[in-house]
Amino acid sequence: MKILVCIKQVPQKDAPLRLNPEGTWIRDDVSWETNEPDAYALEEALRQKEKHGGEVAVITAGPARSQQVLREALAKGADRAIHLEDDRFAQMDAANTARALAAAIEGENFDLIVTGLQSDDFGAAQTGVLLAEILGIPHATIIIGIEKTDTGLKLKRELEAGHYQHIEMTMPAVLTIQSGINKLRYATLIGIKQAKMKPMRKVAWAEVEGKLSKSVQKIEKLYVPGSQKKTRKIEAPAGEAAKQVVEYLKETARVL
Amino acid sequence: MMGSFGSPDLCMADLILVVAEQRDATPANQLAGGPGGKLNRVSFETVAAAQAIAKETGWAVEVVLPGSGIAGLAQELAAKAVGKVYALEADALAAYTSDAYVHALKTFIGEKQPKLVLFPHTYQVRDFAPRLALALDRTLISDATGYKFEGGALKFTRQMFQGKFAADVSFGGDAPWMATVQIGAFRGDQAFSSDGSVPVESVTAMVADGPARVTPHEVFQEAKQTVDLSQAEVIVAVGRGIKEQKNMVLAENLAAALGGEVAASRPICDNGWLPLERQIGSSGQTVAPKLYIALGVSGAIQHIVGMKGARTIVAINKDPEAPIFEIADVAVVGDLFQVVPALTEEIKKAKGS
Ligand SMILES: Cc1cc2nc3c(=O)[nH]c(=O)nc-3n(C[C@@H](O)[C@H](O)[C@H](O)COP(=O)(O)OP(=O)(O)OC[C@H]3O[C@@H](n4cnc5c(N)ncnc54)[C@H](O)[C@@H]3O)c2cc1C
Ligand SMILES: Cc1cc2nc3c(=O)[nH]c(=O)nc-3n(C[C@H](O)[C@H](O)[C@H](O)COP(=O)(O)OP(=O)(O)OC[C@H]3O[C@@H](n4cnc5c(N)ncnc54)[C@H](O)[C@@H]3O)c2cc1C
Repeated sequence: MKILVCIKQVPQKDAPLRLNPEGTWIRDDVSWETNEPDAYALEEALRQKEKHGGEVAVITAGPARSQQVLREALAKGADRAIHLEDDRFAQMDAANTARALAAAIEGENFDLIVTGLQSDDFGAAQTGVLLAEILGIPHATIIIGIEKTDTGLKLKRELEAGHYQHIEMTMPAVLTIQSGINKLRYATLIGIKQAKMKPMRKVAWAEVEGKLSKSVQKIEKLYVPGSQKKTRKIEAPAGEAAKQVVEYLKETARVL
Repeated sequence: MMGSFGSPDLCMADLILVVAEQRDATPANQLAGGPGGKLNRVSFETVAAAQAIAKETGWAVEVVLPGSGIAGLAQELAAKAVGKVYALEADALAAYTSDAYVHALKTFIGEKQPKLVLFPHTYQVRDFAPRLALALDRTLISDATGYKFEGGALKFTRQMFQGKFAADVSFGGDAPWMATVQIGAFRGDQAFSSDGSVPVESVTAMVADGPARVTPHEVFQEAKQTVDLSQAEVIVAVGRGIKEQKNMVLAENLAAALGGEVAASRPICDNGWLPLERQIGSSGQTVAPKLYIALGVSGAIQHIVGMKGARTIVAINKDPEAPIFEIADVAVVGDLFQVVPALTEEIKKAKGS
């Protein structure tokens, strides 16, 4: 199977985030990591390749710093990488992101494209589905099990409240992957060394610009949401904090 | 750009179209004497959102329900104060597939030309709505928690960065604008009721011919539940802040002191540190205990929908800006490894006396 994994670089989970001066996005001076479900998508692609042979390519659209997520994927075992490198690739809506990705892989004919089910920053949960529409191939979302069959794929979809569904579909296809579908591997020292030798194709803005449209979503304002409740805030040494919580539970909430 | 919306003299209707959702209305299910399908109750939340927007914009509200053999379900929707309910029917819509839904709704929306199309942000909608929007050459704002109508422009509010920020997002292009509404953001039981005269119209859906690319099978549940957390009065929930499996004992001790149950966020269950049936959130259990203590849980929306009905919420988190604090009654900013043992001791003392 020839598999493509779409990976986005997002701010690290614990990174303290601050607004940019325009109040439209966060300030860039944070540490970054691979979007969590994308790591599971990569792991799944590597496992499929180990079972059925073929190739795993990884792709990201973003500034120079985002090359790091591709390097990590190569170190874990991906065969090659594609980097749409430009600051502008990080400022588009999901449809344009999908258009850019589609333009960069024109003529490649992947059997399977996997993405994360949503990003931890904007979180539109759309890019993979839109990529399928642009490529004219079927898709399925929130996948937590993949089995290749003679005719295509047998998949396990997660549904709400502990429900699941099996579906079968033809290939080529796009799947969006849920975190927890597998156990992630770590990169080995040898893997990290080998990664340096693996091909990294750069795609410039000008190469795909003609395939993009106007971004039709606009972030007017980003802000810190207010508390929805009257919250009693306790910032004290552990012993003192514990006393205050117990007092609240006894006197105010009356649950003790 | 005109996109797929025909001639300019065709006027855009001042209409909000709600796309409702049903489950299990498959012919097999009905033949087997099954319930013949159920409305997904969150459809009423989206109706409530549409009614609220309509009040400010003066636009009309209509509802469309895709499916097969769904006349009865459409009648249920007609109990709400809307202009009309359409039952959009075809055999191919009996069991959900994205291809059939996109094709049927693309044609229907193309004909109706609404200003705004609203969906509940369900797993099913996440699966087809982005594709539908692009097929109509339009954009979809997903998972909106609210809206603003200012100076004739409609904006939707949505959470970003896992709930650490909110953003007002506007549409740059032409109507129909499309948005999905977060589960729990509007109250379905507060949707206005009708006087019983809402017409229901059955429409035959256009669906793609050609071989199906996706074959759906029955929906199922994994194993039978052995615990029913929905009945628990006290729940101690563990998040990724617990770091290692061996630290789970901290939560177990606290729960034992309170006579409560241990539960967790999704990553903890993914790790296998607790069984799946103890996962709280959109893909797990929904609970409403008297007391919910969250240890090292950040407060992602998919967790919060499962527990925000708790009467008292105590959150312990080292990050003063953790989103869980927005819905907490008591916010303890601190290291759970210090606070939890101290709290367990205090509770034992309080209970002993
Ligand atoms: C008006 C507007 C302004 C924005 N401004 C900024 C900005 O200034 N800085 C900034 O960093 N972001 C900005 N963004 C966010 C933007 O880059 C989004 O990330 C982009 O629209 C993709 O959508 P998403 O992140 O919601 O991905 P989702 O649709 O939630 O992602 C699903 C999956 O698609 C794949 N995927 C998504 N994006 C990429 C990518 N770039 N490369 C490879 N795979 C990908 C991943 O597998 C991911 O798991 C802006 C967005 C909008 C709409
Ligand atoms: C479709 C879908 C369905 C989902 N379903 C669910 C669901 O049903 N249930 C669910 O929970 N999630 C669900 N999720 C995942 C959800 O989005 C979050 O990723 C998840 O809830 C995060 O879990 P967490 O809070 O434990 O971890 P994190 O977000 O990593 O948070 C860990 C927290 O611990 C704090 N912390 C760290 N160390 C300490 C310390 N020493 N003391 C105190 N605090 C500390 C940190 O400040 C942080 O706030 C779903 C996601 C999707 C996309």
